[in-house]
Amino acid sequence: MLIRIIAASVILIACFFIPDEYEILRAIAFFVPYAIAGYDIVIKAAKNIRNGQIFDENLLMGIATIGAYGLREYSEAVMVVILYQAGELFQSMAVSRSRKSISELMDIRPDYANLALEDGSYKTVSPEQVCVGDKILIKSGEKIPLDCVITDGESEIDTSSITGESVPRAAKVGDEIVSGCVNISGTLTARVTKTFGESTVSKILELTENSAQRKSKSEKFITRFARVYTPTVVALAVCMAVIPTLIFGNFSAHLKSALIFLVISCPCALVISVPLSFFCGIGCASKNGILIKGANYVESLSGVGRIIFDKTGTLTSGKFEVTDVICQSGFDRDEILTLASKAEYYSDHPIALAVKSAMPFDSSDGISSSRQIIGKGVYADIDGQSVYVGNAALMSDIGVVCMEYDGAKTALHVAADGKYAGTLLISDTVKDGAKEALASLRRRGVKEMIMLTGDRKEVGEDVAEKIGLDSVRSNLLPEDKVRIAEEIMSASDSTTAYVGDGINDAPVLSVADVGIAMGAMGSDAAIEAADIVLMDDSLSKLDTAFAISKKTLRIVKQNIVFAIGVKVLIMLLSAVGFANMWMAIFADVGVSVIAILNALRTFNIKQ
Amino acid sequence: MVKVYRLEDLDCANCAAKMEEAISKIDGVNSVNISFLAQKMTIDAEDDKIDDVMKQAVKACKKIEPDCTIILK
Repeated sequence: MLIRIIAASVILIACFFIPDEYEILRAIAFFVPYAIAGYDIVIKAAKNIRNGQIFDENLLMGIATIGAYGLREYSEAVMVVILYQAGELFQSMAVSRSRKSISELMDIRPDYANLALEDGSYKTVSPEQVCVGDKILIKSGEKIPLDCVITDGESEIDTSSITGESVPRAAKVGDEIVSGCVNISGTLTARVTKTFGESTVSKILELTENSAQRKSKSEKFITRFARVYTPTVVALAVCMAVIPTLIFGNFSAHLKSALIFLVISCPCALVISVPLSFFCGIGCASKNGILIKGANYVESLSGVGRIIFDKTGTLTSGKFEVTDVICQSGFDRDEILTLASKAEYYSDHPIALAVKSAMPFDSSDGISSSRQIIGKGVYADIDGQSVYVGNAALMSDIGVVCMEYDGAKTALHVAADGKYAGTLLISDTVKDGAKEALASLRRRGVKEMIMLTGDRKEVGEDVAEKIGLDSVRSNLLPEDKVRIAEEIMSASDSTTAYVGDGINDAPVLSVADVGIAMGAMGSDAAIEAADIVLMDDSLSKLDTAFAISKKTLRIVKQNIVFAIGVKVLIMLLSAVGFANMWMAIFADVGVSVIAILNALRTFNIKQ
Repeated sequence: MVKVYRLEDLDCANCAAKMEEAISKIDGVNSVNISFLAQKMTIDAEDDKIDDVMKQAVKACKKIEPDCTIILK
């Protein structure tokens, strides 16, 4: 094509040297570059007429250039064809570039797996052929082909293609690793836990590929617009050629402006740039570890005015920590922690884990007759002392008077040999950066932020105050959450997003206008229920998702206004006789190319 | 039954939209989506009519964009 364009241009220039008086020679000479550059346009147009496709850009270009030829404007006809072909070429280069960058982005599909055979050797197979329970070998530098659990070896895993997180994760025996990530350092042997079709990488690819099917309102608008646009412009063009001619005569001048109209009539710039912008937005999001299931969700997310958060696992880390140790006289901090940690040695309760991580012990030396007192605490004999660790109810059961506490934390009292030793205060910790992320969301136009929690009022309000929420609904059972969310949503009609960890709040995720699941790497339920999935659990990803959606929508709007604006402007100019064919070509392919390039900017959104 | 086909030489976004509309009108098609960017057609059609539907879809495609072919696998 490029060669044809160049050849046609060279011959065209040569044709200018033919003197004006040889009219017929000129007509024939100019026909050569016209044929070189535009023969396929005419062939396509002819084919389309046979197929009943009348309003087609090839036909329009055909009519326009043959029309110009008829008006003896040979050079114009040839230049229009050359320009049109050059524009088309550039447009298809832009499209294929964007296709390429999208497919590079989607390059997380593993090509092979090293399957362990019974004789101890390994065979390279396609990931689809590996079954659950099979052993696979993952060498350093290889993509993890299927979701699996490490059985041997130690390494670092680059999860950036899945989570967008660039810091590698350490992985050791017993850790679950997710397909699509890259094994950086050591060689690993792993047992496959999911078939390829069920593995994370397949789910992600499926989601992103199908995301185009959920069309946004802007896309639907464009489709409807395109449907009426072309016939309207063609009708206008006919009117422009016929009506003034009947009144004033001078058919050729009016035919020319009508032809210009026809060239502008292709709605390609719009039809391509709007979905492309959304596609790039979704692609950019997935590069950042954010899966968006459809263009419609990009659109709704950008208009969210209210966010409902789940507390545990979303705003707080879900990991408890000992924050304060209140000592009674005769005991110091370390003594109390030692007693509590040893007493909780055999317990796996989240509270017990918090105590144990504050003062870890590797052996059970000196701990005996340990038992759980359900709903109250634990008892153990530690180096001869009888130690009770638990809530106020447990203390009153054993006749120990302890401090009264009604704050936002969980109080754990410790008694040794019937004597009150002290109290540990334990609380869930707010995620790092939660406050900053929420403040940034507010700057992006989120007006109201509400938290739902099953915890006590004091606990909820404490968290809300720390990170700057507007209100809290506490003491909720999981089944209450849907009702409350619906209540909040019906109170006003601003678009509401729900952010949860997807574990026990799948119903709420589906009720909300936009359901966002966090920390979903490897969790099918969350990926299934949510509209937007954040692959890791950092709240800054939520902010990134908002940033991407806002920018995408801004670009979509720019493209719509720009493309329609330029076309209408040039139509008006041509109606009053100021536009020429060059402008018309610009309004057609030029606008397309600019809109495509603008759409590609969505790819490069930085946080 | 949902099937995905690859489209070769699909060059014009507006044609893709027109093809989508034409194919959605074929008897037995529940829904169809043509992604211009992914060059893919996802078609949901009634099981017993699928062969017939695809024959007509190929015809519709040829009519709108003669260069474009549906890769039947």
